[in-house]
Amino acid sequence: MPGVTPENPRAIRTEQIILFRIGGQLFAISSASVQEVRSVDSLAGSSAELSAPGLRKVRHVLQRSDKSFFVVNGAAHFGLPPTPGTLVFVLRRTRTALLIDGIDKMTAMTRLQSLPNSFCHEERAWYRGLTALDQTVVPVVSPDGFLTADEILLLDSALEAQHAGTAKASPGTEATP
Amino acid sequence: MTVAAELDLQSFVLLRLGDRRFALAAKHIAELVAPSRIFRFPHRTPKVEGVILRRGRMIPVCDVGDILIGKGILARRFYLLAVRDYGFQKEWIALPVTGECELITTEVTPATEHDAPHVAGWLSYNGEVIEVLNMDALTPGPAPASTRAPAPVLMESLPGSLS
Repeated sequence: MPGVTPENPRAIRTEQIILFRIGGQLFAISSASVQEVRSVDSLAGSSAELSAPGLRKVRHVLQRSDKSFFVVNGAAHFGLPPTPGTLVFVLRRTRTALLIDGIDKMTAMTRLQSLPNSFCHEERAWYRGLTALDQTVVPVVSPDGFLTADEILLLDSALEAQHAGTAKASPGTEATP
Repeated sequence: MTVAAELDLQSFVLLRLGDRRFALAAKHIAELVAPSRIFRFPHRTPKVEGVILRRGRMIPVCDVGDILIGKGILARRFYLLAVRDYGFQKEWIALPVTGECELITTEVTPATEHDAPHVAGWLSYNGEVIEVLNMDALTPGPAPASTRAPAPVLMESLPGSLS
């Protein structure tokens, strides 16, 4: 008779997170939200400059297979002092790649407290909540919170205009019958 | 004292901000705690400085000095943990204070339309006329007309799935 392992209903569930830094500030993100981690140096061939009016936090677009990811400068997004950024998180199920300064470590959180309601501005979209790790409070970022739907539309338009401009500048590349 | 007069008496906590004293209804006070480390992170809400960690709970710190005495509270003696009612839920907020707090029982005069929104009423104590504070108007929060769904206060554990 096969042994039966009883389920422990009181077992603490955990979520794997990556602790990372931007401008000296520590943040956390669910490791399940990160599709890929790349160094900035390794992106030279797969990224292009992009300029969207009024949206200074995005300066580059990254091409992964057939999908474009807009590279959000984490320092500019959070209003932190500008830093060069060394790593990029490509975020799963989004159009966002996040430029960060570095990874601290991977760990697990067992408890997430929703952001107190006193915080009532843009930060409500930025964070899933707060977690306490080793007597420190760390904000857990929301992968969807870096670009709004309107900002993605704006970036898509800028990207389209850029592609159209490139095609116009090099008409000889099109095959003639 | 008549029964009617007794019914008008309410308990208040007097708090000190610089040279002035203010009152909060005692039923809105949770605790008075010593200052502890404020954990700061990027956000865009004025007056909220960050959070303190108190028995595993993260409590926002809100400096109301600018509104009440025209300057921020730098020399902090305690944090007064007060209850803020958001309609869909109640939460604690830590208010920095500069001196001892005192519990009194007295009558209150309701605020009039000419008073600032953060004034819930007035009371007289030891020859001093003191503003009774309205926490809901004094501290930031979602607009009262907001109909969004309430967020969970505390999630004791997280879903096991990482997807």
